[in-house]
Amino acid sequence: MALSDAALASAPPLPAMPPDTVLLRGRPTSRRAAVVKFCRRNPLVLGGALVVLAWVAVSVAAPVIAPYGPLTQKVVDRLQAPGAAHPFGTDALGRDILSRVLYGGRISLPVGFLVVSVSLVIGGLIGAIAGFGPGWADGLLMRFTDMVMAFPIIILAMTIAAALGPGLEHTMIALVAVSWPRYARVMRGLVLSVKENEYVHASRALGATEPHILTRVVLPNCLAPAVVMATLDLGNAILTFSGLSFLGLGSPPPAPEWGAMVAAGTQSFDQWWVGAFPGLAILTLVMAFNFIGDGVRDALDPRLRRAV
Amino acid sequence: MVPLMIGMSLIAFVVSHSVPADPVAAHLGQRAMEDPTIVAAFRQQWGLDKPLPEQYLTYLRNLVQGNLGVSIRTHMPVAEDLGRYLPASAELAIMATLVGIGLGIPFGVASAVRRNHWVDHVVRGVSLLGVSSPVFWLGLIALYVFYFRLGWLPGPGRLDTGLAEPTHVTGMYTFDSLLTGNWTTLVSSVRHLMLPGLVLASVYIGLVTRMTRSSMLEVLSADYVRTARGKGLRRRTVIYRHALGNALIPTITVLGLAFGDILAGTVLTETIFSWPGIGRYAYQSAVTLDFPSIMGVSLLIAAVFITVNLATDMAYVLLDPRLRRASR
Repeated sequence: MALSDAALASAPPLPAMPPDTVLLRGRPTSRRAAVVKFCRRNPLVLGGALVVLAWVAVSVAAPVIAPYGPLTQKVVDRLQAPGAAHPFGTDALGRDILSRVLYGGRISLPVGFLVVSVSLVIGGLIGAIAGFGPGWADGLLMRFTDMVMAFPIIILAMTIAAALGPGLEHTMIALVAVSWPRYARVMRGLVLSVKENEYVHASRALGATEPHILTRVVLPNCLAPAVVMATLDLGNAILTFSGLSFLGLGSPPPAPEWGAMVAAGTQSFDQWWVGAFPGLAILTLVMAFNFIGDGVRDALDPRLRRAV
Repeated sequence: MVPLMIGMSLIAFVVSHSVPADPVAAHLGQRAMEDPTIVAAFRQQWGLDKPLPEQYLTYLRNLVQGNLGVSIRTHMPVAEDLGRYLPASAELAIMATLVGIGLGIPFGVASAVRRNHWVDHVVRGVSLLGVSSPVFWLGLIALYVFYFRLGWLPGPGRLDTGLAEPTHVTGMYTFDSLLTGNWTTLVSSVRHLMLPGLVLASVYIGLVTRMTRSSMLEVLSADYVRTARGKGLRRRTVIYRHALGNALIPTITVLGLAFGDILAGTVLTETIFSWPGIGRYAYQSAVTLDFPSIMGVSLLIAAVFITVNLATDMAYVLLDPRLRRASR
């Protein structure tokens, strides 16, 4: 389950939320019963969660279940059609595509997770300062955020990745550089609405310092919706990452990266299996995340179906 | 809009000048690099010996005069390069937008009207598929099936080999051949546009469908729709005149915002289909660290994106009579 129930329960009802935020309310029912009920009402969420879990399991178990090594080349077997020995066929270097697809999740899943969490921290901090700090800081930070957001994501990411040179960590830096503004905006909206609550005024009246109010009172109450949003964003992050790696801006060649494997499929065009299976891997994983995202959004607040 | 563009040019400038790559080495040959006087002369000529803030001011001054600098890779003025590649992308983006709206809105309406019917489930599944599939993979599959296997549609490129470009009017082959009455070229260019256009539209179809569906659902339960039904209007009139008109406003917003996705999609689609447009130009500039062109492309695309969103704001006025009256 993507949502931590503790986070759900601790979030108080938030008045006057901006339309792009997710509203959470915890009910004092048993945690397991709540999860079961939620999944029964939202079969798509359950399906999506199962697919994601399956991919996580496959990625962890890849060294055990993959029939060949992801980098093992056997030139005599090059470009073989799917068959008994190689269910997904082999690529131009005679590597087993099934094994490479199974290993691919070991790159895409952690990259997606890391990019989203680092963006959440950076964007979240910037948004929190903008929402909580003085007006000039808000204006300055949000104008900067708007500017970065106005850049076409893939072009900025492409430029940064190309400028930094090859390497997975550079691709991730590029992805974080283009993803943080969304979190900054959402976090600012959350902070703005939370900071007007009476318990915030109460702690100020009790003599708490501003930094203390921000970190101990306001932020914990903004965290749950922000984390939910980040979780729902995982699919997008993986999709953008695979696009960059398709363009050759991911980790350098032998790595079994799904996007790069689809790119290899454009080189051996007659052999459809070279590009088709890695692409299906991306599709199923991203779609599973979107199923979860859709369902959670619908379930949490029907009015928010509109916020895509 | 102007402050936004100036800020963006600043970001683009900082990003492109804070990297280890040296434009001097990229421009000059190995032998010229060994001669310090040539290097110094080159730096002076391009203003590279000046401090960075001054270089940026020079860039801005040129920018205002429409001078985007010279591309390191093509040795052509960037503005000229952009002018050459933009029409091809514009053609593709227009096609994708038309397909996206043309299919997305009816899909969304159909699915909202028959909520939880099998039609609804199929439409929702397909739109989710569209949003989730990697564009570059769809392109590869589409090329394999429709070009390589079935041979129904032509492969990469904008025209069949052997056909001359139509007389240059807009640079968009379909419009140009239509304007000059060149039917063979028209047919060929439209056929070449089909696959990349549909692939690029896939994301758009999904987004428009989802948006139309959800705003239709909301509108269909509104009081005025019940009133319209109550006074015995035909079902079609209620759905298309009373409900859809109101449901379109949020859809238009999404259309504008999603135009950014279209622009991003052009990079991948044009790479797959060897389409000589802005997206491929941006990719080639990025991997060769051709900073003047990267800055040019970024600024151009940002300007287009901002303009499109301005245009969608204006479209509200057309769609919403209340705003029309207020603005008068």
